[in-house]
Amino acid sequence: MALFRFIPADFTIAFMNGRGLASMFSALLIAGSILFWLLVGLNTGIDFRGGFVIEVKTLQGKTDVEALREELGDLQLGDISLQEFGSDREVLIRVQSQDEGLATDLSDANKQAIKLVQDQIADRYEIRRTEFVGAVVGDELKQNAIYAVIAALGSIMIYIWFRFEWPFAVSAILALAHDIITTIGLFSLTGIEFNLATVAALLTIAGYSINDTVVIFDRIRENLKKYKSWDNDKIINVSLNQTISRTLMTSITTLIALSAIYFFGGAVLGGFALAMIWGVLIGTYSSIYVASSILSRFDLRPSDDDDMLPTHERNDSTP
Amino acid sequence: MIRLSSWFYNLSIVIVLLAASVAVSTVVMHNDDGGGIGVNLGLDLQGGSYLLLEVDMDAVVQERMDNLAETVRVGMRNNRIGISNLSVSSDQLSFNVREQVAFVEAREILNGLISPEMVVMTSDNAMLSVQFDEAGLARLTTLTVGQAIEIVRARVDETGTKEPVIQRQGRNRILLQLPGVDNPEQVKSLLGKTAKLGFQLVDISATAESVKASGRVPPGSELLPSRDNPDQHYLLNKRVLVSGEMLEDARPSFDGQSNEPVVSFTLNSTGAERFGRVTGQNIGRPFAIVLDDEVVSAPVIRGQIFANGQISGGFSVEETNELSLLLRSGALPAPLLVVEERSVGPGLGSDSIKAGQVASIVGLSGVAIFMISSYGMIGLLAVFAVFINMLLLYGQLSILGATLTLPGIAGIVLTIGMAVDANIIIFERIKEELRAGRKLSTAFKTGFNQATGTIIDANLTTLAAALFLYFLGSGPIKGFSVTISVGVISSMFSTIVVMRVLLALWINTIKPSSILIPKSAAGDK
Repeated sequence: MALFRFIPADFTIAFMNGRGLASMFSALLIAGSILFWLLVGLNTGIDFRGGFVIEVKTLQGKTDVEALREELGDLQLGDISLQEFGSDREVLIRVQSQDEGLATDLSDANKQAIKLVQDQIADRYEIRRTEFVGAVVGDELKQNAIYAVIAALGSIMIYIWFRFEWPFAVSAILALAHDIITTIGLFSLTGIEFNLATVAALLTIAGYSINDTVVIFDRIRENLKKYKSWDNDKIINVSLNQTISRTLMTSITTLIALSAIYFFGGAVLGGFALAMIWGVLIGTYSSIYVASSILSRFDLRPSDDDDMLPTHERNDSTP
Repeated sequence: MIRLSSWFYNLSIVIVLLAASVAVSTVVMHNDDGGGIGVNLGLDLQGGSYLLLEVDMDAVVQERMDNLAETVRVGMRNNRIGISNLSVSSDQLSFNVREQVAFVEAREILNGLISPEMVVMTSDNAMLSVQFDEAGLARLTTLTVGQAIEIVRARVDETGTKEPVIQRQGRNRILLQLPGVDNPEQVKSLLGKTAKLGFQLVDISATAESVKASGRVPPGSELLPSRDNPDQHYLLNKRVLVSGEMLEDARPSFDGQSNEPVVSFTLNSTGAERFGRVTGQNIGRPFAIVLDDEVVSAPVIRGQIFANGQISGGFSVEETNELSLLLRSGALPAPLLVVEERSVGPGLGSDSIKAGQVASIVGLSGVAIFMISSYGMIGLLAVFAVFINMLLLYGQLSILGATLTLPGIAGIVLTIGMAVDANIIIFERIKEELRAGRKLSTAFKTGFNQATGTIIDANLTTLAAALFLYFLGSGPIKGFSVTISVGVISSMFSTIVVMRVLLALWINTIKPSSILIPKSAAGDK
């Protein structure tokens, strides 16, 4: 009845054979991400740095970003960055907070700077959006973001710890860290603005990636009980093959939804959607190659007198 | 034949119908007046301004300390205790007692002068200092922010903004949301002035020029700049004889003779009595009108005045409008600082709504096409389950009175993509059971049972991440957190309950010979 099938029913791939190559790839990815993060840093938006943003749209015709840059540069407001935003009629103007560090509020200097920019271009542009974040609020938002990420990861960790034995929890968390670090690396590499929406994307990626890992781990745990004589690699390979069609199907539907947001959801959501698309790709990869291959190195069948497995886990095993 | 208990059918049908009716009715109602329950559009979609104001408590503490210094000076002099080096440094007042023997008495007197939120500290039996204790400062902050919110509300209401949101945020901040106001300059200018009004007598014992030249202000007096000309100063008695709190009303009007724009005011009974007494005793002396530490004007008192007076000072008509508004709403207890501002124009807002609609439609149809082409008939069932999920989602958002933002729409689209996941887990599971040679009804049952645990595990972790997003701050991201959390919950329900019913109904009525995999498992009827 189905028009086509992407994944043949008797799909058998020896995933664990590629483990060595994947480890190298992941190690490189992580090292590169951390290196970029430390050396280049992130292009943090005003959410975290303070300053103001004005989004404008030409009343008619295309914008000339270069001319506008020169014109606004003459206003001497320090660091100004301009960027075409969404279409060739829209420009995003980012200006650093005036008064270097002292500007905790919308001080006169900032008020004047915003007005200066607005007046300069008011005859040709429509002001679509103005955002101002004071330096103190920026620091607070940064702190909140860090707390939110730590709290979310912590609660995921506790949940996994509670539901699975510790080798599973450790593998899942390492895979999660892998995904988050490489996503930050991507932002550092591409210079796409890192703001509150990006942190929201990071947390959603964490949720998605752990979701994927949990489905696979669930199956591994089940197979460990079912096939008592098999070794780790065989169990994991079989489990991955049993779940791979679901893993891919879900990734594809999520990517379809994200592409719709990326291409049609407007420029404001662009960075968010891009981070998510990357996160789904890397999350799918890491569930298979990071989480599962780390797991394969643990002793998953502790001896009977070892109380690593809670008793109820042993009793309800399916025949 | 697959049997589900009748309560299972009934429960799922009741919940779905309930959600559908809420969703439909809010859409219909919302078009009428927007009142009642329903999903509100966030400021980023309908256009408007978001302001985060900080109540400047440092200024309040400083002012309290300055006032206390004056009280201490007078109090010690009245008790004939010699003090020196009386000074106020940001949050602390301190002075030395000249004679050791008077120290204990000075401390007693000081204890009687301070307010209960303050504490006295001593050092070396010579220096006394006063500052706010922590609990006292916290109380003062709560009180001040509460008063400030009232004044902000009064001023914003005067501008005619519809449905503003004004609420306390954290310890000393006020969150202000102004739907439909895409240029908040007028509001900011209204909130930028504390509008503290006072009438003070001009000190005629010395001239402002001589005091300025010598730099020695006589005790009990202060030097304040003129509002029109910052270089011109007035020497005033510090004592405020009549203050803004005694105003009953203030209106813009015109002076009867000069036709100049002025603000006419009416005092309450206490104010009128005081005003009458002071003006009666000081005919011929200049009486200064002070607004926010600037002298507006200092007319000479020509005769006794009681309840009604006017403030002139070379105002324009707009200025008298604004000033009377400010005086009517009362003085802010502390200056307000704008620490965060986000405003979106109506153009961008409506563009965002359109973009959100297009993204939703494209996302939903893309996922639907993919599901149907991969799974055929049961793919269609999954799409139907997603549709029901959307109804549930919208119904829940309506009941919660949630605010829909652009990231919130992204959350919904993402939910569409992720919600089919649970269906896929179940389908794949049933497929496996069939492949293992089980009958369709058994495969259906074990498939659902096995998959349910996995689905709950997987979704709870997503929910944990989504919930923490709520504490991340700004409104739009909160909207994302809300839609994705609600989406996860309703997708669990729509898969575990609704999909089970749909699939059972379908298998029972159509009696497909082969549904999920082509070759085997055709044994079940």
